Parts: sequence; structure tokens; C-alpha cells
Amino acid sequence: MSQARNAAAGGLRQYKKRSQIGSVCRRFAKSKTAMAGLIILIILVLLALLCPLFLDYAADVTGQNIRERLQFPSWQHPFGTDQYGRDVLARVVWGTRISLSASLIIIAIATVVGALLGAIAAYYGGMVDNIIMRVMDIFYALPFNLMAICIVASLGNGMFNLGLACVVGVIPGFTRVFRSAILPIRGQEYIEAARACNTSDGRILLRHILPNALGPIIVQATLNLAITILAIAGLSYIGLGVESPTPEWGTMLSDGRQYMRNYPYLVIFPGLAIMIAAMSLNLIGDGLRDALDPKLKN
Amino acid sequence: MSEKALLEVKDLSVEYHTDEMTVKAVNGVSLSVGRGQTLGLVGETGAGKTTLALSLLRLLPKGIGKITSGAINFEGANLLSLREADMRAYRGRLLSMIFQDPMTSLNPVIPVGRQVAEVLELHNDKKLTKQQIEARVDDMFRMVGIPPERKNEYPHQFSGGMKQRVVIAISLACEPELLIADEPTTALDVTIQAQVLAMMTDLKEKLGTSMIMITHDLGIVAETCDSVAVMYAGEIVEMGTVEALFEGDTHHPYTEGLFGSIPRLDVETERLRPIDGMIADPSDLPGGCSFHPRCPYCTERCKTEHPQAHLDARGHMIRCHRFDKEGEA
Amino acid sequence: MARYILKRLLLMIPVVLGISLLVFSMMELSPGDPAQIILGMRATPEALENLREEMGLNQPFWTRYFNYIVNALQGDFGTSWRTNLPVLNEIVARLLTTVRLALGAMVLVVAIGIPVGILSAVKQYSLLDNVTLTGALILSSMPAFWLGTLLILLFALQLSWLPAMGNNEISGYILPWITLAASYLATLVRMTRSSMLEVIRADYIKMARAKGANERQVILRHALRNALLPIVTIVGMNFAALLGGTVIIEQVFMLNGLGSLAITSVRQLDVPMVMAEVLFIALITSIINLVVDVLYVYIDPRLKSQYVMARKARS
Repeated sequence: MSQARNAAAGGLRQYKKRSQIGSVCRRFAKSKTAMAGLIILIILVLLALLCPLFLDYAADVTGQNIRERLQFPSWQHPFGTDQYGRDVLARVVWGTRISLSASLIIIAIATVVGALLGAIAAYYGGMVDNIIMRVMDIFYALPFNLMAICIVASLGNGMFNLGLACVVGVIPGFTRVFRSAILPIRGQEYIEAARACNTSDGRILLRHILPNALGPIIVQATLNLAITILAIAGLSYIGLGVESPTPEWGTMLSDGRQYMRNYPYLVIFPGLAIMIAAMSLNLIGDGLRDALDPKLKN
Repeated sequence: MSEKALLEVKDLSVEYHTDEMTVKAVNGVSLSVGRGQTLGLVGETGAGKTTLALSLLRLLPKGIGKITSGAINFEGANLLSLREADMRAYRGRLLSMIFQDPMTSLNPVIPVGRQVAEVLELHNDKKLTKQQIEARVDDMFRMVGIPPERKNEYPHQFSGGMKQRVVIAISLACEPELLIADEPTTALDVTIQAQVLAMMTDLKEKLGTSMIMITHDLGIVAETCDSVAVMYAGEIVEMGTVEALFEGDTHHPYTEGLFGSIPRLDVETERLRPIDGMIADPSDLPGGCSFHPRCPYCTERCKTEHPQAHLDARGHMIRCHRFDKEGEA
Repeated sequence: MARYILKRLLLMIPVVLGISLLVFSMMELSPGDPAQIILGMRATPEALENLREEMGLNQPFWTRYFNYIVNALQGDFGTSWRTNLPVLNEIVARLLTTVRLALGAMVLVVAIGIPVGILSAVKQYSLLDNVTLTGALILSSMPAFWLGTLLILLFALQLSWLPAMGNNEISGYILPWITLAASYLATLVRMTRSSMLEVIRADYIKMARAKGANERQVILRHALRNALLPIVTIVGMNFAALLGGTVIIEQVFMLNGLGSLAITSVRQLDVPMVMAEVLFIALITSIINLVVDVLYVYIDPRLKSQYVMARKARS
């Protein structure tokens, strides 16, 4: 009897362990919308990774072919061609590569910096917290687009500066979210216990605090990936980012504007691509949030 | 017993449905509360006590909780067949409820006096004027031991015990027939617990209210209740008078376990005996008797066959196979 | 209360100063030589040097920053390097367009967002809720400039109902308002819904039902005000973001507001213009945040008693 009970208790313990990550995945997999988002994203990532296999950047993506300019969508050019005779589909597909990789790098940097700043602010509290958060307030009071404008004004146009503007724009929000995710963890007994064992601050932060705040960090990062994709496109659209002939979605849309009265497909397809990419990430982010915190849903 | 009963619950079952599982929270519960009587409902956390209480008011969470069978007769009317609008006339007026946590059961943005006045306005059968309602609010505050001057303050300005007094004032303002108190003192300090409890029993006597006292504190049961129902895994496993439960010889094994896990002054005990194992998972109840995995008297039969309720001559009910022989077998 | 507002006003100073310093140093990095920009490529070295001296460009960074702030406090934001006109005049002339754009969009956001969010929460899982959530998802995934472009395509170019470019008539603002409102509307609807859902689950809502209140009374009297508390903050934050959003919308609809001015000045390296503009927007943002915080104190009795009643008790 007691053996059976021990076995049952063991089973219970195993169940608990598995339920940590396993139940999050199970809940995520159960959400149709989240899975749809994930499938779309996987397709987009595959496109971005594999497009060099079937597209030649110089010939198909940026190469001009004036004889075929401004052709409406057809079997040969499903999305039509632009004012330089470039295939819009090829450019939109290549644009996936640019938008996804840029936003991924931006968010990766912002997450690391934001998580560290938030963790330091929350963990040390007091003066350190005050200084970090007041500096963030300064960045927060400046609308994102204006911040980007200032950065581009001082450093000049281009992908790198655009990325920098996005990183700087995203970090304050990250720091705030991460700080408030970490604050309740700081007071937990197991942190006290770690400190009582003479664990160094750095180790406590990295080994004990950050892993437990991972949920909100992942959700925030995913949702901000979508926002970053929109921001990159928006800034390129107003001419502060990537410049032609690089097939960036916002730049393509901006280039197509003067022809849109007669060739509306030039502005429809790049925009659609932006929306699909952003939507897949939004779906995944929402799904993750619900999966991590099911009580929010019901 | 049944004729004079104010509330009679027959074979009530409640299920919760979520995306992930179906939880059988209450399974075939029957009980009755006589006028002026207090019934204690005891059991571990998760036994279905609160669910039972919420279903009496038909306040189960919408879309998730559902009463699947049974009847709730209150003063001759079956509450389950009432229209929602008619049911509202019962809530707060004839049946009222005190929730477990006074910290969260008052609306933080409404002054406490308004919250007491509201229930009077909602059930203003006597066509009281504004002044009369305010006077009644003052009376209620005095009755629960709060100076009426404090009625314009907000909940956050009160301590936990004072908040629970306000909640009691709200629930008794219309002089209901039945008060359902869901662990009214669990969230309070021990000294405050005693005060609040004494005040509740006092007011109940004064107003002649019947009461269902939900608790897992057997001491409270002994002090305040006339009869007791012991719940396990959504079922009433034993029910009888306080005397029968505290002094009788025959008990359900679960009740024995409950009593074994509290300290007693009159018996020499080396150490307390907690009940082994965890409470049954209501989303996956064991077959046969729900208690069998934890029962020290468990037999093969208990694992397969659900036990019947056994009543003795004084109305003491036990749901256990051990008492089969005493009946007709 | 006055003390609280004063305290908040004082707290605004370091933020605005911080922004000015930030932007001032960023402009310092900008590649152009102001004297060259003003005088053109063919200016003589002496003329350039004279102008630099006259503008104080040879002074150290902190002196120039200090002078700028002192002048700005007196309302002198300098002259544009391009037009040689006072910066302030240009900004004031364009402020109205941007304010009109932002306010109109904000009214749309609040007037639609809050009621729809509440209805969606009250009727959770209903058809209305699903339509709302899907709509919010689409709107929040749509880049504003694309939505604006599509609206122009449909309503201006195809149907010719509304002008494609902004003018000073209301009709010229309809499409910009909708475009600017869209993504913030999505955010507000979702936030309102989740805030309301959280409140609906609270014990005091169960308590209100147990008192016998009907659904309408439960929602309007008990849930709404509690749900609105966090929403006020979100609306305030949204308004700041929305001001930033005008930059792109003005570009889409060719409106002559602060946003398009900012882009032009950046392209022309017109530093005084950019500086003044950023400071203005930062100031407006800070004031909005202040108003929101004050409002918050008034609707949340927990804070109110802290600030208002504490004063009474002392006096």
C-alpha cells in the first residue's frame, strides 16, 4: 500500500515537473489561432531562409527590366511588375528576409538589454532603480517616431541607424515590463535562500531571477517583433530607413505611391506582406500569453 | 424534518466545464436547513463547499459552471425553475451570502454606506424613503459595531475585520431567511475571528435567520451549528446533529480522519494523525467510493461500488459500506 | 491636491530637460556644418568663420546648451537655418493641424474603443466578441500608412467620396482620423476588454450579484468604474504614441503639420527646428501624462484619500 502510495506521489511529482513547460506547450497547441500564427511564421521563415536558392538578388530582385515595366498581375508575374519592370512577388519574398532578420536582431538586442536593465532595477531597488527608471521616463516621453527622426538626423539614413532607432525605442518598454515581472520574484523565499547560501548577485540574477521571469519576457518580445516589423516599414515609408532598390516592404510601398492611381497592386502586395508577418507574430504572442497565464483567458 | 425545512436541496449535481477538463464539483448532494437552524458544512479545500453555496444562489460562473441535476426548494419554491429576474428578488433579500475574503468582497470605489444602502434599494418592498434607508444603514452599522459616521469612507480605509462587519451588515440588511457564510472568518486574525463569529451568531439569534456555515474549522462548527454535513469530493459523506458528530460512536472514515487531525484536550495523544494522501481530483474521481484511495478500511468492494447513504433512527446519515450490515445488508 | 500637481509639475522638469539634452547632443553628432548650411556652398571661409562666431558655435558644448535652454525658457527657440525665420512661428503655424489630427483621432479611439471593449467583455465568447477580437487583431497588424493608402485608393481614387489629400475642411480630415485611430483603437479595445474581464471576476462583482443587482446594474454601477481605472492610464499613454503616429499619417495624406515639418527639417539638417519640435512634443506628452495622473487620483478613492483627504485632515 505504502509503496503504491509512494509511486503515486512520484507520479505526482513527475506530473508537476512536466506541467511546467509541457502544459504551456499543450495549451499553446490547443489554440487554433496561435497555431495558425505559428504555421504562417514558419512559412515566412522558410521563405526568408530559402529564397536565395530560387531567386538571384541582382537579377530577379533589384535588376531592372524596363521593357516589362508596370505589368498587371499575371501568371508570369503573380504580383505584377513595378515601374522598373521588377517582379513584385520576388521583391516581396526577398523583403521577408530583410524584415524578419532586422526585427529579430533588433528584438534580440533590446530583450537582452531590457532584461538586464529591468533585472538590475528591480533587484537592487532604491537609487539604482530610480536612476534607471527616470532615464527610461525620458525616452518614454519622446514618441517613437520622433526619436527615430532624431537618430536618423544625427547619424544619417540607413538600415543600421534605423535598427538603432528601433532598439532605443523598444528598450524603455521592455525595461518597464521586465522590472515589474521581476519585482514580485525578488521577494520570494528562494531568492532569500540563495542569498543566504552566499550566492553572488550576478548568479542570483541569471540563475534564479531571470528564468522565472521568462514568461512575460517572451510574450513581450514576440509582440514587439510585430511592432518592430511595422516600425521598420513605417520609417522606411517616410524615407528614414532602407532606401531603394533594397526590397524593403515600406520602401516598396512608398515607391509605388506615385503609381497607385493606375497600378494599385504596387501598394497592395507589400502592405499585405507586412500585415501577414505582423499578424502571425501577434497571434503567437497572444497564444503564448494565454498559455503562460491561463487564468487571464477564462 | 422535511416539512418545516426552510431549504431543501435534493440530489444536486454541479459540473464545471473548461477548455481542458470537466470537473464534477458537486455530486448528488441532498441536505436541508430548518428555520432558525444552523447547518455546518465542513470539508477540505476543494471539496465543493463553495460551489454548493454558489449554486444555492444560482451564481455559478456563467458558461463554465452548470447545475446538471437536482432541485433546490426554498420556502416551497424550486429555485432552479425560477426565471432569472425572479431569482434576483431572492438574492440579498431572502438568501444572502458572505464571501470568504472581506478584502475583496467590497467594491473599492464605492463608499461602504452606499454598498449597504444598495441592497436595501434593490429590495425596497416597503417603499422606504431615502432618509429611512439612510437611517436603516446607520442602524445596520451600529448593529455590527461600526460607528455610522464612517459610512462615507471607502473600503480601503477599513481593516479586514471591519470590512467583514460591513459585509455582514450588507448581507443582513434585508433580514434574509437564510444566510450562507462561506468561511467568513478564515481570512481574519484569530482574535478578530472570535469577535466576528460571536457577533454573527448573536445577530442570527436576534433576527431568527437560518444559516449555512461553511468552514473547515471544527471548532467553529461545535460553537455555532445545530447540525453538520461533512463533504468529501463533492459528496456529503456524513450528516447529523452536532452531538451525533462530536459525541457519537459511528462515523464515516473521513470524519474520523478529520477529527483525528485536530488536537484534543480531553484525550492523551502522542501526535496528530493527518489523513494520508491528497484530496481526490474532482476532474478525475476514483471509481467506487471517492474516499477509497485514502481509506484505512478500504475493501475490494469500495473500489468498485459507490456506497449508499445509511440513515439511523435519529437521522444520522453515513455514506459508507462499513455500515451495510447494520441495515438489511 | 494643488501640492500633488505642483509636485508632478516639478517632476516634469528633469524629464523635459533630459530630453532636451538628449536631442541637443544627438544634433551635435549630425554631420552638417550649420554655417555652411546657412550660407551655402559658395561662402568664403571668412564669412563662415564670422557666422560661426556670431552663432556662438565655437563655444563649448555646455555653454551652447545652457544658452539654448535660457533662450528657450524666454520663448526664443532660435531661427531656422533654412528660412532664417523664427522657429516658433513655423511651429505654431503647424501646431493646429497636428492637434486637430491627434484630437480627432483620440475622440474616435475613446468613443468607439471603450464601449466596444466593455460590450465585448460582457458578452465574452459571443459573436460580437469574436468579431471585435478579430477586428482588433487585423487593425493592430496593419501598418497605418498602408491602411491610409488603401483608404485613399478606395474612398478618394475609386469612389471619389473624400479628398485624397488633407485640406482644412473636415472632409479632408476624415480619412486621416480613421487611419490614425485604427491601431490605437485596437489596443484600447483589447485593454478595455481584458480590464473589464478581470473586474468581472472580482469578488465584489459576485457580491453585487448576490445582493440581487441585475446585470446592467452590476456592469454600470460596480464593474465600469473599476475597469476604467487602468484604462485612463492607457488612454494617456496612447495619446502620446498617437502624437508620434501623426508623423507618418501627415506624410500619407500630405498634411502640413508638425510631423511633416519634422521630416523636412531632418532632411535639411535644420537643427533648431528639430530641437524645438521635439521639445514641444515632449512637453505636450508630459502635460498629458500629468493630466492623466491627476484624473486618476480623482477616480481612484484609494489615491484620492491619500492626497485630497490627507490635506483636509492636516488643515
